[in-house]
Amino acid sequence: MVTVTKHISVTVNGALRQAEVEPRLLLAHFLRDVLDLTGTHIGCDTSQCGACTVMVNGEAVKSCTMLAVQADGAAVTTVEGLGQMDAMHPIQQGFWEKHGLQCGFCTPGVMMAMVGLLKENPDPSEEEIRDGLEGVICRCTGYQFIVSAVQHAAKLIREAEETKQAMANAGEGR
Amino acid sequence: MAKMIGAPLKRKEDPKLITGNGRFTDDIKLPGMLYGAFVRSPHAHARIKAIDADGALALPGVVAVYTGQDLIGKVKAVPTMWYVTGANLKAKDRSALAVDKVRYAGECVALVVAENRYIARDAVDLIEVEYEELSAVVHQEAALAEGAPLVHDDVENNLALLWKAGEVPDEEFTEAEVVVKQRLYNQRVIPNPIETRGAVAQYNPGSDELTIWCTSQNPHIHRMVYADVLGIPETRLRVVSPDVGGGFGSKIATYNEEAVIGHAARDLKRPVKWIEERKEHFMATTHARDEVIEVELAGKRDGTFTAIRVKNTANLGAYLSTFGGGCPTIDFGLMVTGAYTIPKAAVVTYGVYTNTTPTDAYRGAGKPEAAYQIERIVDLFAQEIGMDPVEVRRKNLIPHEAFPYSTAMGVAYDSGNYQDTLGQALEIVDYEGLRKQQERLRQEGKWLGIGVSTYVELCGFGPSKVAGAIGFMGGVWENSTVRVHPSGKVSVFTGTSPHGQGTATTFAQVVAEKLGIPIDDIELISGDTRSVSMGWGTYGSRNTAVGGAAVAIAADRVVAKAKTIAAHELEASATDVEFSEGVFRVIGAPERSRTFQEIAKSANFAWNLPDGVEPALEGQSFFDPPNFVYPFGAHICVVEVDGQTGEIELKRYVAVDDVGRVINPLLAEGQVHGGVAQGIGQALWEGAVYSDNGQLLSGTFMDYAMPKARFFPTIESRFTENPSPVNPLGAKGVGETGTTGAPPAVVNAVMDALRPFGIKDLDMPLTPEKVWRAMQSRRENA
Repeated sequence: MVTVTKHISVTVNGALRQAEVEPRLLLAHFLRDVLDLTGTHIGCDTSQCGACTVMVNGEAVKSCTMLAVQADGAAVTTVEGLGQMDAMHPIQQGFWEKHGLQCGFCTPGVMMAMVGLLKENPDPSEEEIRDGLEGVICRCTGYQFIVSAVQHAAKLIREAEETKQAMANAGEGR
Repeated sequence: MAKMIGAPLKRKEDPKLITGNGRFTDDIKLPGMLYGAFVRSPHAHARIKAIDADGALALPGVVAVYTGQDLIGKVKAVPTMWYVTGANLKAKDRSALAVDKVRYAGECVALVVAENRYIARDAVDLIEVEYEELSAVVHQEAALAEGAPLVHDDVENNLALLWKAGEVPDEEFTEAEVVVKQRLYNQRVIPNPIETRGAVAQYNPGSDELTIWCTSQNPHIHRMVYADVLGIPETRLRVVSPDVGGGFGSKIATYNEEAVIGHAARDLKRPVKWIEERKEHFMATTHARDEVIEVELAGKRDGTFTAIRVKNTANLGAYLSTFGGGCPTIDFGLMVTGAYTIPKAAVVTYGVYTNTTPTDAYRGAGKPEAAYQIERIVDLFAQEIGMDPVEVRRKNLIPHEAFPYSTAMGVAYDSGNYQDTLGQALEIVDYEGLRKQQERLRQEGKWLGIGVSTYVELCGFGPSKVAGAIGFMGGVWENSTVRVHPSGKVSVFTGTSPHGQGTATTFAQVVAEKLGIPIDDIELISGDTRSVSMGWGTYGSRNTAVGGAAVAIAADRVVAKAKTIAAHELEASATDVEFSEGVFRVIGAPERSRTFQEIAKSANFAWNLPDGVEPALEGQSFFDPPNFVYPFGAHICVVEVDGQTGEIELKRYVAVDDVGRVINPLLAEGQVHGGVAQGIGQALWEGAVYSDNGQLLSGTFMDYAMPKARFFPTIESRFTENPSPVNPLGAKGVGETGTTGAPPAVVNAVMDALRPFGIKDLDMPLTPEKVWRAMQSRRENA
């Protein structure tokens, strides 16, 4: 059997990554096994659990339903690119502040899905957050503190926007 | 310093997990690592006639194939760990790989080891197994019937165990004013932590040491068992559970796959990884519940209960899993009288082999089933005598002044105020108001239902002599070392093995309070048999009540030694030195003082220690609790059933739980939410479905209804605190309260809503179709 490979170039968390991959390699396995970005997790075979969710060109995508070759030329953000200890993303702050995780296994995917939600809807109601969580399964938290975490993150993002706006306005006034 | 015990601190565990820096089993990558994949039986019951692995072995990248024959004499079957006493137990262990027969769909037949996971999977499809299919038996009652196929040729009637406890004379029922009887099916559920199982094994031929990283709730138990299975001294097997993505009981059990991966790594002298796919998790990781429970409650017209007898026919699956025998017997049987004063009780359990995946512990393990039967029959009793279910409960709940209370099943409930938790829950929901609203809505053809459960459960398994008496193959004590470094920073070692509970934070709170040091100065070390001498792991909500108690005692021992050293340095007697908020002071002369950090340094430098005092500063405890602990609570669920579609809308869910002393209310509430979600999941959606020939029809997340966020209302959680007298923290256990309290609260609510239809009982899960069919048949018959 001859293994066919394809050369791909993917911008992952801002850095250009290149590799020779089999066409059947899943994006999730490419990130985890080839690039050693193990923050993205795999929890099911059927795209139900959402633990593998990453951003592809700014949209939340389940990386187990996408082939690595399909990401050729795309920009991918994983949980590692969301924020780190010294500069956490508001969604990470929200999950930490509001106890939005227990075992933490589904959490990277849940956070990426919620980053996607907040991009579309910066001020979601509880119901809208619960609907937004449709594509993910968390077995630990009962979702309630996840909802609180997302609300907290939304508030942090809005406050940051307001501060930015106020500073821009102050700049204009000078 | 602020009080640490009782503070809702955010978790120390979280930063690494939310930045992608957690380290789970599948994140481990070792040089030269191979990948394993299992060939699993497609049949529930079949004879293996031949296995042809030539095609697989010819595939480039395949390194080895192992069959059951290859492992004979090398890897033993994985034994059960609970030889339930007095039950005529016929234990059947799971072979490492099936040799002559397979007994459930998904049983391992062969292992392929290859250069990567894709090749391994390809090779699985190239292995040809010739089977002779045999008749399968799926349901436990069918398995007991005359002429049923035998799962194991030498186990007559497929009866693996017969366990009896308590006695009630027949007259208690024949002569009682009221007797209600109900058959309840506690359906089979699948634990489904989002991280599946997995193992990475590495053998060092130079030192003859094998290391297995695996998804374990109790690495020391896994070491003990796998060492025996693989024929390795415990000293040369190291088991590490790194970050573990949930367990809910399914990662307590010892399994064949992890042991076989260990064997392959040793045999090939290369690291081998196997990560369970979700499809495999459904087929091969232990299931739970699956008990047919027939309960009979006798009492008086005034609402007083007088006797209960219960028959449990439990489906144990094809083999006896680790704690599989204990769940429907001891765990279930001791709790059948629930939170009530029922003077006489008797239980009998039939444990039955079938051609299904073995069953074992799942969040609550036996206690949710016990709570379900008693809480359902109490409602049916109330309905029979025309009394409000809350009134019947108030009449029979064990009174506050009766604690410690010895039940008819012979166990001593430690502490409680059951009436108080019920009262608080009723107040939160406005029970009286709800009943009036229900009346009004019924006039409009809307079906509101209110369900109450006043559960009690058994946690914090101990003491070890009890474990011995009931045939549990291990101890149930817990171990902690509190090690103080010269800097005054502290490492806490625990034999418990957390997997999402927030134990690093909880235990740090205990130590911070005891030692008066910042919480950030404390780290928790767990989950590695090389770091921690011994321990029994995390299950049955024993973490804080047993493991935390050991931590508290070990910290006290540190303080006692540090005080001796401080007194010596301060030239005072130890009795004249007081310790608070991290400072040792001479009583009456507070300017003469030493900080905890100063003593940590001087204890480790040992330049000036009192006579007879050894250097360094460590405290250790091996805490064996004198009794179990018994968390309890009152859960109230309000539902509305759609009369046209049978759909159930959860309107409100109130949980007032008493878990003894609450160390961190934020984390405790998180545990309640998770437990309630799983309990509601069992009540309304979840359930394993098998075809008659033993095919698991609910074998993926597409067919097994896992609870989603939009299904739930806000869970209104409160705590009352009746500290347990059996451990120094006064802690009970919080992890299982929800899975125990919720199923009966929800089912009672739905049945309450359906009362106008004359429907008394439906089995879980209460799917819209089931509810609609029940309503429709009543309408047609009306």
